[in-house]
Amino acid sequence: MNSLLVLDKVVAGWQGPATRPIDLRLGAGEVVGLSGPNGVGKSTLLAALAGRASVFAGEVIRQPGLRLALQTQDIPPLQGLPLSGRELLALTGAGSEGLPPWLLGHLDSRLDRLSGGQRHYLALWAVLQAPADLVLLDEPTNNLDAAGVAYLTEHLRDRAATGAGILVVSHDAAFVAAVCDRVVTMESPHVA
Amino acid sequence: MWHELFLIPFLTGLCLAILLPLVGSYLRLREEWLAALAYAHVAAAGALLALVAGVAPALGGVALAGLAGAGKRLFARRLSGGSSHALLLLGGWASAVLLAANHPLAERLGHALFDGQLYFSDAGQLWLVGLASLGALGILWRWSAPLLLNHLYPDFFRIRGLSIWPVEHGFDLLAALVLALATMSMGVMGAFALVFVPPWLAFRRGGSWRGGLAWAVGIGLLAYLVAFALALGLDQPFGPVLGLVLIVMGLVIA
Repeated sequence: MNSLLVLDKVVAGWQGPATRPIDLRLGAGEVVGLSGPNGVGKSTLLAALAGRASVFAGEVIRQPGLRLALQTQDIPPLQGLPLSGRELLALTGAGSEGLPPWLLGHLDSRLDRLSGGQRHYLALWAVLQAPADLVLLDEPTNNLDAAGVAYLTEHLRDRAATGAGILVVSHDAAFVAAVCDRVVTMESPHVA
Repeated sequence: MWHELFLIPFLTGLCLAILLPLVGSYLRLREEWLAALAYAHVAAAGALLALVAGVAPALGGVALAGLAGAGKRLFARRLSGGSSHALLLLGGWASAVLLAANHPLAERLGHALFDGQLYFSDAGQLWLVGLASLGALGILWRWSAPLLLNHLYPDFFRIRGLSIWPVEHGFDLLAALVLALATMSMGVMGAFALVFVPPWLAFRRGGSWRGGLAWAVGIGLLAYLVAFALALGLDQPFGPVLGLVLIVMGLVIA
């Protein structure tokens, strides 16, 4: 399989090392989950892959010309901004095809006048559907109801089928089990 | 009113009534509306400094404001949270008042800049403002999407190996230069009023980004036309009249 991303004994962190060495290989069309208890550095590893945090040891090998998309737990600052959902999608180059029916009718509404779940799904969609080869998702099910999680599960599989690799960090075990081809479990850096 | 004496100032102000609310919308997006007031004060200080040094005041105003806009990023780490704008505002105000207090010519120009007398604009200023407005509108049209994207998804450009700093720094410079030109034409507070109030209302009323920009330009134009007619008819300084008109419109629309 064509590897988009290979991690060889990578140790990530912010000011200092915060994870145990991790090996990971992610191919085109694969959905891989990162699991483990709170504090093992799942989000930190994702941040390091996106260049927000540092890699202190090991090697990160990316396919040349790899286009990344990143969804973080930070909510885009949409409050008070006159921006419609359609404009948000146009900014990242994401299409509206495939959007859940309960969002299609709200594309021309201001994002700060939608419910938290609707807003989160559109902000997530703008990242997920942006032109990219590798999509990094950090807790994508936050703020989503059961219908939203079910729709996201189905859509992530469709997105992977287009050839994108997807790396997911989520505390939602059922979601991870449903959507991921493989799960890599991270261990606490404080356990000997 | 349409006599050439008033037509040139009218057209100069009209260009700015379109451009300033648009620049203000992007300043508000970046939560940097205080920058408008800072650049206006720095431009006033630059104009007075140039006058005292025997150079064209407009040149001094544009140069010093442009320097402030381009240079503020050098101190960004030490002056976070809008501190750089507050310090520029204080520095510009203090310098302008001291120059005006110690030089008779600077005192007259200082009064004009702080009173906001649009009617002193000449044909050269109209050409300068008109061409600068066209250029600035073209640049804003190109930079609109990157500025919005960088605000909403700060990692978007970096993770794709793209540079956003030319747009970020370029917008700082553009805002400073536009504010300097506007300050030379309609005074410190007149320029600030058009940068602050229309975008504030547009962000509340606009249904989309494009709709918001249309609201901002519409409010700016309407306020400008009313203020121009009132100031001319009542023989009052333009800047304060524009400020009051925008406040009234703000209270009605908000």
